[in-house]
Amino acid sequence: MSSILDVATIKRDFPIFNEEMRGGKRLVFLDSAATSQKPIQVLDAERNFYTTSNAAVHRGSYYLAERASEVFENSRQKVADFLGVAPEEIVFTKSATESLNLLAVSFERGTGSLAIGPGDEIVVSELEHHANLLPWQQLAKRTGATLKWFEMEQDGSLDLSAMDRVITSKCKIVAITHQSNVLGSVPDLAPIIAATHAVGALFVLDACQSVPHQPIDVRALGADFMVFSGHKALGPTGVGVLWGRAEILNAMEPFLYGGSMIETVTMTGATWAPAPKKFEAGVPNMAQVVGLGAALDYLSNVGMANIHLWELELTQYALDGLKAIEGVRVVGPQGIIDRGGVISFTIAGLHPHDVGQVMDQYGVAVRTGHHCAWPLIRKLGLTGTTRASFYLYNDFSDVDIFLESVVGARDYFGKR
Amino acid sequence: MELDSLYQEVILDHYKKPHHKGLPAGEIQVHHVNPNCGDEITLSLEIKDGVFVDLTWDGVGCSISQASASIMGDLVSGKTVAQAAEVLREFTELMQSKGNILGNEEVLEDAIALAGVSKFPARVKCALLGWMAFKDAAIQNGAEI
Repeated sequence: MSSILDVATIKRDFPIFNEEMRGGKRLVFLDSAATSQKPIQVLDAERNFYTTSNAAVHRGSYYLAERASEVFENSRQKVADFLGVAPEEIVFTKSATESLNLLAVSFERGTGSLAIGPGDEIVVSELEHHANLLPWQQLAKRTGATLKWFEMEQDGSLDLSAMDRVITSKCKIVAITHQSNVLGSVPDLAPIIAATHAVGALFVLDACQSVPHQPIDVRALGADFMVFSGHKALGPTGVGVLWGRAEILNAMEPFLYGGSMIETVTMTGATWAPAPKKFEAGVPNMAQVVGLGAALDYLSNVGMANIHLWELELTQYALDGLKAIEGVRVVGPQGIIDRGGVISFTIAGLHPHDVGQVMDQYGVAVRTGHHCAWPLIRKLGLTGTTRASFYLYNDFSDVDIFLESVVGARDYFGKR
Repeated sequence: MELDSLYQEVILDHYKKPHHKGLPAGEIQVHHVNPNCGDEITLSLEIKDGVFVDLTWDGVGCSISQASASIMGDLVSGKTVAQAAEVLREFTELMQSKGNILGNEEVLEDAIALAGVSKFPARVKCALLGWMAFKDAAIQNGAEI
């Protein structure tokens, strides 16, 4: 079979696949929606930073500090190029979660059109990961604003019939995911973003599940902010990204205060550096930022469009296989239209935790439970699902073992 | 198969037909959740003449959490506070043993079937969910446990 990706070659770049799992099984890693594995190029980039360039960035006047600053800023340029935006619009955080909390806290401190208070409305959806729900829910609580949300349909899409009631003239912020981390469903964002801008509100895109897996043009999408995490995109843990339109970032209040983020400081006051530095207090996670740059290079070399197509092929193959297994129900979207490479399913009469435990005996790593999206799971009338998610290092043989392990889980409990 | 040490027959029996499961009726009700997986248990009990009676629980969860709650109900019902405290202590120790002890069968009875759980760190919380709800309810009913 001719293949979009040369997975055998790709797999050799990921040392983790040499590890043996329980019972000597090879690793079938289907939990990339939680975190991705890392290619040797990323590990080398991190190590190389420490062995050749380590110094606090943006501080020292010596050669090594200049070199550190240069490779660090090169990484910012790589992220900007990857997203098709300007480097001044890229803020490095420690995680996508921190990026979203940064926004929420900054709006709490905001003035003028960026202030949030009683009477204002913040909009999310029932699809959201806790990381894109709780910062807004708690911001609303602290400021007296009202949290509203789009409801989810059983197929994982959003109910847009209530658009005028959800997004009103009181709306200040709309924060919605690009793709559900539980179901893989991709909500129809264009009308939501249009409605957001029609009332003068700002749109925050949680792109944790999309940026690592498909080509993204954030400007074409029309978002005002976008966040993603490095570790889901082959990068190291400890680095997240916030993209924001430059004019908004520059009007916003800081999140963390400290070194590097200032213009001037006296004993009684301070002024702030322009974005992105205003939002990067303290010595950043330098090696991790450099590692993320290497990760995006790796992804670009493989090709984001190829990765997306490959994942959809695997998803279609896995969906067909799952639907042929008696007792298995795929939750959310049933096909590959408007979805990414994520599948949630249940097995009749079995708890996901037990399903995942048996699948582990086959070397298959899947996520079980509510996937940090408890309101979504409740809306589906479930206590949890088993979730498989695909990436560029998975192939059809992985899906075959996955399907075998699902049958194994069903039969392990069914026959006893 | 390593899995069989986790899912012993007696565990699956309790899972399929859990004991003491039903709507908790006592005045003091405790509700515990396992935030990792979303499993929940509501439990009530009473202490009459120094003995645990009328223990009922309801909840959703995996086979390990459900079976463990069922076995726990059997083991503490009709026991004095001191006796139940010993069972709780022995069971907690077994769960924390990482597979290094087999458990005291005289005290733990069916619960020694859960010994295999201690080799799977991600599942220890499942097994302890019902027991921690019991401990909480006992304390709220005035027991020193």
